[in-house]
Amino acid sequence: MIWVIHTLNGISFGMLLFLLAAGLSLIYGLMKILNLTHGSYYLIGAYVGSTIIAKTGSFALALIVAPLVVALLGAVMERYFLRRFHLQELPQTLLTFGFLFIFADLMLWIWGGDPIVLPKPAAFSGSISIGDARYPTYRLALIAVGLIVALILWWFQERTRLGAMLRAGVDDAEIAGALGIDVSLLFTLVFAVGALLAALGGVLGGPIIGAQPGADFEVMLLAFVVVIVGGLGSLRGALIGGLLVGLLDNFGKIFFPELALFTIFVPMAIILSFRPTGLFGRL
Amino acid sequence: MARILLFIALAAVVFVALPFVVPSYYVGLTTKILIFALFAMSLDLLIGYTGLASLGHAAFFGISAYTIAVLSVKLRMSEWIAFPAGLTMAIALGAVFALLALRARGSYLLMITLALAQVVWGIAFGWRTMTGGDDGLPGLRRPAFVSDETSFYFLVLGLVAASTVVLVALIRSPFGLALQGIRESESRMQALGFNVWRHQFVAFVIAAAFAGLAGALYVYYNRFVSPDFLHVVRSAEVLIMVIIGGVGTLLGPAIGAAAIILLEDIISSQTQHWLLALGIIYVATTLFAPRGLIGLYRERFMARRKP
Amino acid sequence: MTAYKALDVQNVAKNFGGVRALTDVTLAMAPGERLVLLGPNGAGKTTLFHSISGNIIASAGRISLFGQDITQLAPDARARLGLARTFQITNLFRQLTVFQNLQLAVCGAQQVTFKFIRPMTQYADVRERAEALLAEWNLVDVADTIVQNLSYGEQRQIEVVMALAGNPKILLLDEPTSGLSPAETHRVAAMVRALPRDMTILMIEHDMDVAFEIADRIAVMHQGRIIAEGDEATIRGNKQVSDIYLGVE
Repeated sequence: MIWVIHTLNGISFGMLLFLLAAGLSLIYGLMKILNLTHGSYYLIGAYVGSTIIAKTGSFALALIVAPLVVALLGAVMERYFLRRFHLQELPQTLLTFGFLFIFADLMLWIWGGDPIVLPKPAAFSGSISIGDARYPTYRLALIAVGLIVALILWWFQERTRLGAMLRAGVDDAEIAGALGIDVSLLFTLVFAVGALLAALGGVLGGPIIGAQPGADFEVMLLAFVVVIVGGLGSLRGALIGGLLVGLLDNFGKIFFPELALFTIFVPMAIILSFRPTGLFGRL
Repeated sequence: MARILLFIALAAVVFVALPFVVPSYYVGLTTKILIFALFAMSLDLLIGYTGLASLGHAAFFGISAYTIAVLSVKLRMSEWIAFPAGLTMAIALGAVFALLALRARGSYLLMITLALAQVVWGIAFGWRTMTGGDDGLPGLRRPAFVSDETSFYFLVLGLVAASTVVLVALIRSPFGLALQGIRESESRMQALGFNVWRHQFVAFVIAAAFAGLAGALYVYYNRFVSPDFLHVVRSAEVLIMVIIGGVGTLLGPAIGAAAIILLEDIISSQTQHWLLALGIIYVATTLFAPRGLIGLYRERFMARRKP
Repeated sequence: MTAYKALDVQNVAKNFGGVRALTDVTLAMAPGERLVLLGPNGAGKTTLFHSISGNIIASAGRISLFGQDITQLAPDARARLGLARTFQITNLFRQLTVFQNLQLAVCGAQQVTFKFIRPMTQYADVRERAEALLAEWNLVDVADTIVQNLSYGEQRQIEVVMALAGNPKILLLDEPTSGLSPAETHRVAAMVRALPRDMTILMIEHDMDVAFEIADRIAVMHQGRIIAEGDEATIRGNKQVSDIYLGVE
């Protein structure tokens, strides 16, 4: 039974990683930007969510408003800063690193250094029995939300006009531009959606992981690993990579507590050496 | 040519005279600047000359430092073993990174080097019995012949100067020109009969070796090592030194190192919000001096010469 | 006299995913021969060209250079066997000077590689060859100019000179006149015509006049196959060729 619990823990964490990696991967796929502030979006989402819950008591409101706030932030960053350095990876990296520092300091200023754990929504605060053990319904709900988001994203990418533009843009931004697609708007939109997903992960992860200084960096790294493992620009890669890393992280902490991160990074290095483009990626 | 010789002579006089003129705090600070100048120059060989972006350069710096600290403090070995062992580990790690990462380019390469460096960080952080984990490893002593601040300064000055000479020679050699060719066009270099991968591999290992030397000097400077030595923040810091100074100029990154370390020194004594200040500096540099300080200087200089 | 063909392409095929780019292409060149590949866009000219230069590895068939099998070799290994190429889209070391560009080309040809210590300037053989190229192609005045500051026409010219640095046995030219004005086109065509007669030259060319002016023989490609081969008269008289290609022009 304990294995089921651990597996569910791994999957629910994997879903959070999926939310982060999906945005990161789409942004990279379309714009080739390595966004180091992606973890900050997550943490800002969690903090803003915590403030909304503290003021209004509504988890649902936090789940809607916090991601929108962060999406706006992402759009501003893309339009007024990153845009100027299209396809120049060094300035882009530097910019996003600068913002990582700025956001980290501002968050420390506003929300302090103590960990904040978001309260669970009332409807999902209980637990259900799995065999002889109890399992929190919140984590199950988290898995469901992750799957729903994956479905929506899949539908968006495969079945809508905007999604078709996005796929064309990932293949070749120049050609997409030549086909009359408004690449500029697409860039901003995708960046905003990526930020939104990360912040959504922040609010959803708030009740189980909490928000604290440094979490921005940790989740960013995990999201990177997911993207490297799953393959850049691939939604499927983000989902499967997310689940894989979530499970590896969870079981790694149980079996090799001394080398916690190692259980994630070693498989990554192995995949990298045999499939440099990740499981589902292409360069 | 005469101007360059004059510049070198002047720099030599200033650096040699320095410890006899300024208080010892500034001797220490200059030592640190020299070490990071070497670190930044080693990264510039990769980024500026070979065109390979890396966000994991601190791994080489850190593994050398950790090797020396562990061998000296935990296993009580002499510095004559520990120091070469540190460099060897940096070189070996450089080879491993190159094997794993060299198929990627651009920002994907940045991400992979970052992730690989984080593996090393994970070991330093997690393997408490050997590395002390989060607390780090204190208690390293400087070799007896450089135990005081001034003699250690001169050791660092000598090694950094020698390394600079080697790096300059390397860049002017056929190998160095080939690296610049690879930076400009890999496909053309291949068509001309160059084995591009092998050049990049060697460049990676050389860069790792000099980063390892910088790390070795820094651990003796600090007499302490912690996971911060090889954290991504340190990799990013050395990257900003390179960019702020001027990518592909060698001297620029050394100046960038001086600028960043002095800024950190000043800012951290003035405000708690040094992270915010540093972030703003990163953003401002990118926006207003994308070619770095050397680039700014050149633009001004060129502008003045034009009628 | 050797029995070897300069270039021997036997039954080469190339698939990209499910798409056949080349089907059973066989093509031979005698030493010193000048062959021009014609064909509409998407006919497979560039794929064939890349299979010969090594930027693409053929899915099937065999390619040999002066009797040596090169089918699986990397581009740089082929270059060391005396094969040189130009690029359709100008591919120079844009931030280096003209002289440095040529130095690198000569270093590649003379295999002055992995020399770490002495400065480049001290390699007299490389310098002399690079200076000779500058003089030969009237580039002395721009020797110290950064390549990206040159005109497009000048860059196209250097594109060819780079490939000539090592006196290649076989030269592959990928549309050397693309994007040039008539006058510049004429200059590059004259340049190619003036090359030593013992240099084997394979060239992709869109400009009909240039093609007929330079070629000893012409091969026409269509849908991944060679559909006609011969001299100017044969090609002009070929019904299929005029239908699919000449008619279009």
